Amino acid sequence: MNGVITWLTDPLNWSGSDGIPGQTLTHLWYSAISLFVACLIAIPLGLAIGHTGRGRFFVVNLAGAARAIPSLGLLYLMVLWLFPKLKGDSAFLVPSLIVLIVLAIPPLMAGAYAGVEGVDPAARDAAKGMGMTGMQVLGKVEVPNALPLILSGFRSATLQVIATATLAAVAGTGGLGRFLIDGQKIRDYPQMAGGALLVAVLALVVDLLLAVVQRYVVSPGLTGRGAGPARGSRRRSPNRNLGNTPLDVDIPSTTRTVDPQTP
Amino acid sequence: MTWFLDHIPEVLRLAWTHAYLAGIPLVVGLALALPLGWLARRYSWLYAPFTAGFGLLYTIPSLALFVMLPLFTGYGILSPVNVVIALSLYTLALLVRTVADGLGAVPDHVQNAATAMGYTRGKRFFAIELPLAVPVIAAGLRVAAVSNVSIVSVGTIIGVQQLGLLFSDGFNRDFYDPLVVGIIGCVVLALLFDGIIILLARLLTPWQRATGGRA
Amino acid sequence: MKLTKITLTIATAAALMATAACGNSGGDPLATTSSSSSGGAASSTIKVGSADFPESALLAEIYAGALEAKGVKVEKKLNIGAREAYIPALQDGSIDLIPEYTGVLRDYFKKGQTGTDAEAVYTELKASVPATLTVLDKSAAEDKDALVMKKSRADELGVKSIADLAGKADKLTVGGPPEWKTRDTGIPGFKKIYGLEFKAFRPLDAGGPLTLAALKNGQIDAGDLFTTDPSIAANDLVALEDPKSMYAAQNVVPLITKSKSNPTIEGALNAVSAKLDTATLSDLLTQVVVDKKDADTVAKEFLTKAGLA
Repeated sequence: MNGVITWLTDPLNWSGSDGIPGQTLTHLWYSAISLFVACLIAIPLGLAIGHTGRGRFFVVNLAGAARAIPSLGLLYLMVLWLFPKLKGDSAFLVPSLIVLIVLAIPPLMAGAYAGVEGVDPAARDAAKGMGMTGMQVLGKVEVPNALPLILSGFRSATLQVIATATLAAVAGTGGLGRFLIDGQKIRDYPQMAGGALLVAVLALVVDLLLAVVQRYVVSPGLTGRGAGPARGSRRRSPNRNLGNTPLDVDIPSTTRTVDPQTP
Repeated sequence: MTWFLDHIPEVLRLAWTHAYLAGIPLVVGLALALPLGWLARRYSWLYAPFTAGFGLLYTIPSLALFVMLPLFTGYGILSPVNVVIALSLYTLALLVRTVADGLGAVPDHVQNAATAMGYTRGKRFFAIELPLAVPVIAAGLRVAAVSNVSIVSVGTIIGVQQLGLLFSDGFNRDFYDPLVVGIIGCVVLALLFDGIIILLARLLTPWQRATGGRA
Repeated sequence: MKLTKITLTIATAAALMATAACGNSGGDPLATTSSSSSGGAASSTIKVGSADFPESALLAEIYAGALEAKGVKVEKKLNIGAREAYIPALQDGSIDLIPEYTGVLRDYFKKGQTGTDAEAVYTELKASVPATLTVLDKSAAEDKDALVMKKSRADELGVKSIADLAGKADKLTVGGPPEWKTRDTGIPGFKKIYGLEFKAFRPLDAGGPLTLAALKNGQIDAGDLFTTDPSIAANDLVALEDPKSMYAAQNVVPLITKSKSNPTIEGALNAVSAKLDTATLSDLLTQVVVDKKDADTVAKEFLTKAGLA
């Protein structure tokens, strides 16, 4: 334990591009790109499924299978397959990014479609009754109402991506995983433990920031900061998800996939 | 493909080890998460520190945990027990919140009805709260099962033989067959766990089928 | 049958919970037994380990086969990911025997020794091995680190040895295992011994698939591969000479727990070492890595041909 503190407080470890700040930024950068790409794929898809109710079975099961792909195996496969096809430093990075994107898609998509699907049908009907088009219903009613679950999915994905981005070091790039691998190779366990601690702290800090964002982005009508939402069903009201860590989003979504009643 | 056909016994052996290394921690983690989740629900001031604190365990990279755990547990460095302990921690990390939320999802009027019928606190827990929380807990278990199957494959680093062995074998020899067989094996195993949990959850919640509704 | 297995596993889980709490160090309730041993008489069984790269697994299979041929009971625990795991495993009795290399092993046990030729390294190694362990005869087969370049790139630069890189290294990126960053076998060594400072260092793996891929695709100009690696010849790569012996000798040598060793075992393993040379090892490895044959099959064929089994 003392070794870890010594390692963490050694000024040498805080300087240079391969010091703690540099590797933390690299780690965040890899995580951010992966999450961005995953959002571009998963959220429109999730919204579309939630809105139309079409393709749900196929996509949900595909996402379930994707979730089951072991990251390490996928990384090796991507390195063997893609490395010869890529030029320059991208060859080291792209395989890891793909692994992280595959990891982030299922929770993001689950959040998006579960959120839209869970919107009170009365609200949707009212919007249609007011003459809104399908896109308007989606943009003005469904997305704002689904936002807590979408953000929950985003937090879940972020946590997993930050925790797993250490794998990038296995494929020859930077990030906090460097400290784990390098520490292991030279039997410098304080460095290894220090690296692990940094990953956990980074995940915690980012999650807290996202929790704050979530609080202020979500419509007051849903958070209870304004008038409470209609509570017609016994389903957990969305505001309960506010204080939750991300992984929670799986609960509503997966219970639904079990439900034989839903088409 | 021929590689797979030639190595079926080997793959099955690795898959079996993989299955119990991923499966036992589900049972252990759940057994630990139930009382902890109950505490978090019973004493609301415990909820935030418990759910956040245990959730944080999940962010400890498995590589570091596998290598350093033997230093703390005193088990032999190659002992699969280390993997089981590490994965039990991850399972626990995922399930404490799930259990707490699941128990909390029991509507007040149901609780009140049970109290009115003379149920003691203990009986209420086992007869009402726990069964009604099964769907939520099962959903959390499914996430944990899939996550465990994936993380077990990192165990090669400490010489624990499971499907992850096929990853490094394929990687080292630039040989897709074992690598792909290993990945597919993991996916199949994860889906099997998923199916078993769904089945168990259904068996434990007969009222869901009877009424078609959910608690 | 299946049910008893399930109850058994649940029972072990429960037992595990009970023992985990008090940090019991002896028990190993989940030990995977991969072969004949069925509890009891464990002391007469030799547990053979290996690292998780093809050559190590192959050598372990050869050792195991040779021991079995002499009637020794063998249990295999192959493909252990890291030396940081399998050496402690030898010391805590999880394994008893593992194929190793004289140079790296010497440096693992005691840093800062200076011998480079086979005999000197072996002598230093024998003096460095902890009291509970011992190394048997070294074999002539050697597999050492080499700085490898694409042949075309080496020709273009007019480079045949590491020393020729003088004045050129500052334009080259070098790749190697992560520990090269700090170890004398890596970046500090190139500077100290050859006066070379490379443009950049890229941490990859120890002579593994990443280094090979990065070399082939030009992400690195020079990288760490092992001399027996069939991929060097197969991919038109060339290993640079090492005139100042930066890389110490790396002869294959069995590392064994002293209390587990006996004359039969020593005889069998020393006979293997006597039959192995670099060309043979390289050829066997080619069968595993290039022809994708199983290590145990290749090992068996070798033992039969050599009259060891």
